[in-house]
Amino acid sequence: MSTLIESPLTKHRREKIEQAVIRFAGDSGDGMQITGSQFTNTVALYGNDIATFPDFPAEIRAPAGTLPGVSGYQLHFSSSDVYTPGDAVDVLIAMNPAALKVNVADLKANGILIVNSDSFQETDLRKAQMTSNPLEDHSLDKFRLFSVELERLTRVALEHLGLDAKSMDRCKNFFALGMCYWLYNRSMDSTVRWIEDKFKHKPLLVEANKLAMKAGYSYCEATEAFQISYEIPPAQLAPGVYRNLSGNQALALGFITASQKSGLRLFQGSYPITPASDILHELSQYKDFGVMTFQAEDEIAAITSAIGAAYAGALAITTTSGPGMALKTEAMGLAVAVEIPLVVCDIQRGGPSTGLPTKTEQADLLQALFGRNSEAPIPIVAAATPSDCFWAALEASRIAIKYMVPVILLSDGYLANGAEPWRIPDAADIPEIPVQFATEANSPTGYLPYKRDPQTLARPWAVPGTPGLEHRIGGLEKQDVSGNINYEPLNHEKMVRIRAAKVAAIVQDIPEIEPTGDSHGDLLIIAWGSTHGAITAAVKAQRAEGRRIGHVHLRHLNPLPANLGEVIKRYKKVLVPELNMGQLLWVLRAKYLVDAVGLNKIQGRPFKQSELEQKIEEMLDA
Amino acid sequence: MSTATLPPPLTKKDFQTDQEVRWCPGCGDYAILSAVQSVFPELGIKRENFVVVSGIGCSSRFPYYMNTFGFHTIHGRAPAVATGIKAIRPDLEVWVATGDGDALSIGGNHTIHMLRRNVGLKVLLFNNRIYGLTKGQYSPTSEFNKKTKSTPFGSVDRPFNPVSLAIGAEATFVARSVDVFQSHLKDTLKHAAVHKGSAFVEILQNCNIFNDGAWFSLTERDARSEHVIQLAHGKPLVFGKNRDKGIRRKSDGDIEVVPLGNGVTESDLIIHDAHHPRPSYAFLLSHMEHRPGFPTPIGVFRAWDDLPRYEDVMNQQIKDVIAKRGPGDLNKILHAGDTWEVR
Repeated sequence: MSTLIESPLTKHRREKIEQAVIRFAGDSGDGMQITGSQFTNTVALYGNDIATFPDFPAEIRAPAGTLPGVSGYQLHFSSSDVYTPGDAVDVLIAMNPAALKVNVADLKANGILIVNSDSFQETDLRKAQMTSNPLEDHSLDKFRLFSVELERLTRVALEHLGLDAKSMDRCKNFFALGMCYWLYNRSMDSTVRWIEDKFKHKPLLVEANKLAMKAGYSYCEATEAFQISYEIPPAQLAPGVYRNLSGNQALALGFITASQKSGLRLFQGSYPITPASDILHELSQYKDFGVMTFQAEDEIAAITSAIGAAYAGALAITTTSGPGMALKTEAMGLAVAVEIPLVVCDIQRGGPSTGLPTKTEQADLLQALFGRNSEAPIPIVAAATPSDCFWAALEASRIAIKYMVPVILLSDGYLANGAEPWRIPDAADIPEIPVQFATEANSPTGYLPYKRDPQTLARPWAVPGTPGLEHRIGGLEKQDVSGNINYEPLNHEKMVRIRAAKVAAIVQDIPEIEPTGDSHGDLLIIAWGSTHGAITAAVKAQRAEGRRIGHVHLRHLNPLPANLGEVIKRYKKVLVPELNMGQLLWVLRAKYLVDAVGLNKIQGRPFKQSELEQKIEEMLDA
Repeated sequence: MSTATLPPPLTKKDFQTDQEVRWCPGCGDYAILSAVQSVFPELGIKRENFVVVSGIGCSSRFPYYMNTFGFHTIHGRAPAVATGIKAIRPDLEVWVATGDGDALSIGGNHTIHMLRRNVGLKVLLFNNRIYGLTKGQYSPTSEFNKKTKSTPFGSVDRPFNPVSLAIGAEATFVARSVDVFQSHLKDTLKHAAVHKGSAFVEILQNCNIFNDGAWFSLTERDARSEHVIQLAHGKPLVFGKNRDKGIRRKSDGDIEVVPLGNGVTESDLIIHDAHHPRPSYAFLLSHMEHRPGFPTPIGVFRAWDDLPRYEDVMNQQIKDVIAKRGPGDLNKILHAGDTWEVR
């Protein structure tokens, strides 16, 4: 027996670092979303703060190995607060040449690049439109390149199981995942549990995926390929119980909570559309809460069935994305006219038309504000982060019920699919949403469907089946108070003004806004929606350099908070960053006559922190 | 024993509203309104449990004239709105008033999907083969080569047969009546009222302004019995002024008109079976009016009520899940999946 002599040079080091950004990239069929979300779950359970950015093509399976077929999943995890999925990547896992080509520009110099060298044959390179092999042509020299035969090694690990080659190859993402667990010193336990549950009816696949993952882990240990591994301690999050939550999951939970807190049945009318379908998938699982999900024949039936359900006394919602919003506009006008509660969720994506189904954008704000015939004001609330979708759903439901109005809730593809740790509230701490159905006539002459509450201007909600309250409503203009059809000029003007005043009156219920950062200063950033994380990070960094910046992130986009005009005046300059051509900017300039400036990005991707910082510096240091 | 007295029975007047009816004088819609107001009090249903839902068009003003809960929605969407109402409140008696344009053009999709699902709605399709409220364009039931304001040289599309369309969508109840055949119309409405699933009733209706006489060949007194055959479950298919003609099955499965006499008796004719589970026979009947020499059927083509209603299945599924899992616990789902505690 010889004694193994350890060379101090090859002994691996463990380095403690604060944060890392890792991106898994591969073919649509390579399981990158699963790999990414498993890694996310593991680091979240460990206690890191996280932000994720799944980025996948609209095509279910574009031709294998091609550039359009590349699917990616980026995760930023840290021992301190995380606001964005990260501008640049520390570790890139590329399962084929196409994934490498699409993603390598985001990898930091000296970053770790793990590639599946088995997929760099001539045909693979051709599919990725590469003329030379990057593993050989030194184009990757500025990275720490690890060429790993993922397919061969996975097959070796699984050969005794008797699986066919294709099935074995499908486990290679778990080999890569195992490598990453080793690299960041993470336990494989939660993924093992997930595999056991996911494939519980296919014991052979349980075995294969577990073995592949463990093989990846052992490979790193045995070969000491990396020489270094990292340790990222847990973040100091506020005390409480946490879970990992995506925006669409959060919306679903928010609406169930609103249903429980209002005592109303939840009805969802929906037609499948990316990136909103997951809300339907989620809610359809909760029949034990009496949730009624209706997959309608089209977007119009989705909203009109919801209007019918609301008329019958339900908390009714419809969930869609931009093209579906366009189809729902006439029905939204009906909801405005008949004044019933309804929440319309628009999970925005790139447009116009079909646009970029799986990519994020914020370009439906003006559609939400104005996208109906005639004067048809609708309150709008926007979610700022994935878990904030939960609270946005509650707020939209509360406004809809209290004011008897349709409400639009704006989320987007980035929030919908992105995830973050969420401090779980105690259900008992969430306020009730009071509901009052009309039970008796509200005048000596009978029931008057448009006799309003003087404070909220809400009309009463009299559901069918209530004796003595038989009445007719509809899309035709109606007489104030009585609700009878009425075409008189002055009555019409009065009704138009009342409907506008009712939406405006919601401002009494909206807290005054207080900027984060500097309460007075050189620059105020006003924004809404999913840009929250990137702006928060940029403002923090810029303030640390001594710049005086405030940040207002609007939950309510209609009506706007009462003191926004006053807040604007406390700053010398105003910047409005948006993932559109300047829609909130347009509103703010019109409403407050402020010479605000836009930062506009329309690339189907969220802002990078650096892009915001650059703009801030440009504005303040000029 | 309870000593409570029953409330006085409802009358036609209880279903009339104080709103001025704004259809053109002489419009067939008046007759339909009157028939519905006569039938509703006979159904033994509390007034507050009726909901009348409509889309857009002349027919869709209907809810304003019915003293029930009423919802005048938007063009073509009444079946979808009504589906939402029924899903949440299966106990309500929901009737949809619609027209040929509303139900078959702009709302065609909702019509077929409502029927496919067998939502427990009664649908009255007022078919006047014209667009009235927009002042006289051809409709999806207008005959080929119809000359109208929008088709001065004649329409070039073939019409829908609403009954065939409904049967094609496998509606569980399909009937046809005529505005001026008041007692037939009331009987047909009562048949529809007792049907649990989707009940689709085409009502041939005269628009005396833009398409006067569209159905005269069926409604004029001399022509009526020659051109109309009344369907009655269990009865032979006989028609003609002297009840001297009938419909017989041919050996190839098709049907033919035969004169009675000369050895042909009623026992040779088709005995109408409205309760057949499959829709093919009813579909065959619905098509005969397009064939030379054949009459136009009115009455109940199909009344097969063994299919559960959509709203019942929907609500039962919820009950079953609750029975299995217990009622939902909010804290439990908020804490679902992997959680971790930060101290």
